[in-house]
Amino acid sequence: MGIAVRDVSKRFGKFTALEAVSVDVPSGSLTALLGPSGSGKSTLLRVIAGLERPDTGEVILDGENVTGRPPQRRGVGFVFQHYAAFRHMTVYENVAFGLRVRRHPRREIRERVEELLHLVQLEGLAKRYPAQLSGGQRQRMGLARALAVDPSVLLLDEPFGALDARVRKELRRWLRRLHDETHTTTLIVTHDQEEAMDVADQIVLMNHGRVEQAGGPRDLYEEPANEFVMGFVGPVNRIGEAFIRPHDVELLLEPAGDCQEAMVERLVHLGFEVRVELVRGDGEQLSVQISRDEAERLELERGQIVYVRPLRQRVF
Amino acid sequence: MAEPVAAAGAPARSRGVRGSPTLGIGVATGYLSLIVLLPLAALIWQSGKGGSHSFWPAISSPEAVSAIELTLVASVVVAAVNAVAGTAIAWVLVRDRFPGKGIVNAVIDLPFALPTVVAGLTLLALYGSQSPIGINIAFTRTAIVLALLFVTLPFVVRTVQPVLKELDREMEDAAASLGAHKLSIFRRIIFPNLLPAILSGVALAFARAVGEFGSVVLISGNLPFKTQVASVFVFSQIESDDIRGAAAVSVLLLVISFVILLMIGAVRRWATRHDV
Amino acid sequence: MSRYGLRFAALAYLAMLLLVPLGMVFWRTFEHGFWPAFHAVTAPDARSALWLTVLIALIVVPLNTIFGVVCALAIVRGRFPGKGIVNAVVDLPLALSPVVVGLALLLLYGRLGWLGPWLGSHGIKIIYALPGMVLATIFVSLPFVVREVVPVLREIGTEQEQAAATLGASRFQIFRRVTLPAIRWGVAYGVVLTTARALGEFGAVSVVSGHIAGKTETMTQYVQAQYEGFNTSGAYAASVVLALLAVITLLAMTLFRRKEET
Repeated sequence: MGIAVRDVSKRFGKFTALEAVSVDVPSGSLTALLGPSGSGKSTLLRVIAGLERPDTGEVILDGENVTGRPPQRRGVGFVFQHYAAFRHMTVYENVAFGLRVRRHPRREIRERVEELLHLVQLEGLAKRYPAQLSGGQRQRMGLARALAVDPSVLLLDEPFGALDARVRKELRRWLRRLHDETHTTTLIVTHDQEEAMDVADQIVLMNHGRVEQAGGPRDLYEEPANEFVMGFVGPVNRIGEAFIRPHDVELLLEPAGDCQEAMVERLVHLGFEVRVELVRGDGEQLSVQISRDEAERLELERGQIVYVRPLRQRVF
Repeated sequence: MAEPVAAAGAPARSRGVRGSPTLGIGVATGYLSLIVLLPLAALIWQSGKGGSHSFWPAISSPEAVSAIELTLVASVVVAAVNAVAGTAIAWVLVRDRFPGKGIVNAVIDLPFALPTVVAGLTLLALYGSQSPIGINIAFTRTAIVLALLFVTLPFVVRTVQPVLKELDREMEDAAASLGAHKLSIFRRIIFPNLLPAILSGVALAFARAVGEFGSVVLISGNLPFKTQVASVFVFSQIESDDIRGAAAVSVLLLVISFVILLMIGAVRRWATRHDV
Repeated sequence: MSRYGLRFAALAYLAMLLLVPLGMVFWRTFEHGFWPAFHAVTAPDARSALWLTVLIALIVVPLNTIFGVVCALAIVRGRFPGKGIVNAVVDLPLALSPVVVGLALLLLYGRLGWLGPWLGSHGIKIIYALPGMVLATIFVSLPFVVREVVPVLREIGTEQEQAAATLGASRFQIFRRVTLPAIRWGVAYGVVLTTARALGEFGAVSVVSGHIAGKTETMTQYVQAQYEGFNTSGAYAASVVLALLAVITLLAMTLFRRKEET
């Protein structure tokens, strides 16, 4: 059930947006499609919605093969990055749109719209026009509009990308709570790994039109499939063939065991943690993150020579 | 479900959103062909039917040459005047503030809204034989220029206005902070940015002036070799049943119009070359 | 005080070129009172001319409006080779002399034209009759709705239409509920320009009409005929009617332009 994508490929002229992509989104989950610009995540979302036609492959929604169907007949709700608000309609009319084109009776529409406006906390703004709303309000309206027709699948294309940082954080937490209430299968596209880790049950990380890894946030962080995944979901140091997280490093004043010599270049005090920027003999730079207490205990200062020992590392 | 026309290069939109646009494209091109292209094709064909040995004499007869010359000269004069006056008027409308500016802005479009023959008549009322201010230029070449100025007024104004409005004032502030005085700022900063719009408007005005008929036909008196412009010449040829002669000069006017359209397109592309 | 100098020069230019001449026509028309002018303009030939002008406009404007919207949609949203040519052809009527337009129609539908013999043998009269005048007016007023709607369509983009599709709207519903309302002020503005052009058409129609007073004479031709027949008061009175229509056009243009900009 949920969403299944099988071997989907899509090219725009010479550019390959998607290459034999297969993804499974469990029913009722909140999955993030994560990746850098150009990774194909938005294209994949649009293929699932029916807004793009794949060159090859299939899209299966709730067990049904919808590959040939237009978006009207897929039962998907779509939320756009720049809201796609119907400028000439009020908030009420925007949210009611899907119900109106299905010719639901007026009273039913009114009840449903009021229920949704309450859900997204836009009561009282029903008669306003999108131009009179803030970005965050417009996006909540977009969400209400998509939810109005009871979609079996909710697709969000960088929904918070056009909003400022604080609103973004608030809205993503709010989206997670909303999902916990409604349990609609949700797929959200984002390039922000923090957002994906914060909000999703499952992350599908994409790069250059391919899926690099799919799994829970913890799986991607602790068991990355390759160098790209490891580097995308968090900061990483490279020593030779090994990849090491800044937190997985021990700093010693005397050499002991498998360690490397390095000089402290800079100490950045980040509240309760300290980032120690080091440089090795061969000029390679390292970034290590330790607690404030640990930094005090070591009495670190610039120019000091210390020994770096990785506690955990991965080799690909 | 009909298949949409295949995408080429640009991101393809699913047929579910657009359905079958081919019907619309078919209707549009059919209508255009029937209304515009077919008659023009007939004109071009018929003008060449007699072969070049009837085409050439038709456009090189003394009367024809005189009319074409007068038309071109008058149009150039009018284009030049409009370049200056149109820019000045656009400047006043964008940068200046005074009561009634909105009305003045609306009045600019009067030549678009008023029938050309009425335009000619209004000029005659003030500058003709019964002029209350004693200026009588009816049946002179000045009258032709005046009529053409009337009908071409909006072109430069309307192409320059939006560009002037959008002009980044900060560029001028930066120039001032670097020591440039007002005239210098106009010459080095403002004018280069306005030039494409001015040229565009001038080309449109020129094209309009070359073909203008209604406003000129009453005020100029149509004296051959004196005050007969090309369009009136063509008209009189049609009336005297010299269709070949009329067609030949018409094709010449057609070519001029077409060349100007191409130039406007080129100016537009040149104008946007610096756009980020 | 170069600002005042420039302002004065610009306003004086506009006044002496546009406003004072127009004012003169109004003055000359009503110089001897309202009723003489009224009688001049309600003469039978004047009334037929006005009726014919309005009739032509009533045919031409809806046709060009529908074509305009369809063509704008094709240009902005469609994908087909030769889009640039379509764009250029749409702009042609703006650059052509109306007399040339009339001649072209003559050479297609007239006695000497391509279709002349065929039309003649079927007894269909295009030239020197209403259909010819309608075709000429359609030609010259063709571009306006297209040119006004194209930039509006480009500006609103496709996202709203895509959103409507995901919400279940059929293609027709999308057009009616999303696309059309979004372009309505552009269409309105284009309709106003088309109407003004249709009412004011003179050159092309003069070539194809045959000038039969009372039958194939439009208002603009009536003005010319009156003037050349030394009936200046008749000419002025008819001009005033046309000028009033122009003023209404200007008001509508100003109103719609403001709505388009919001």
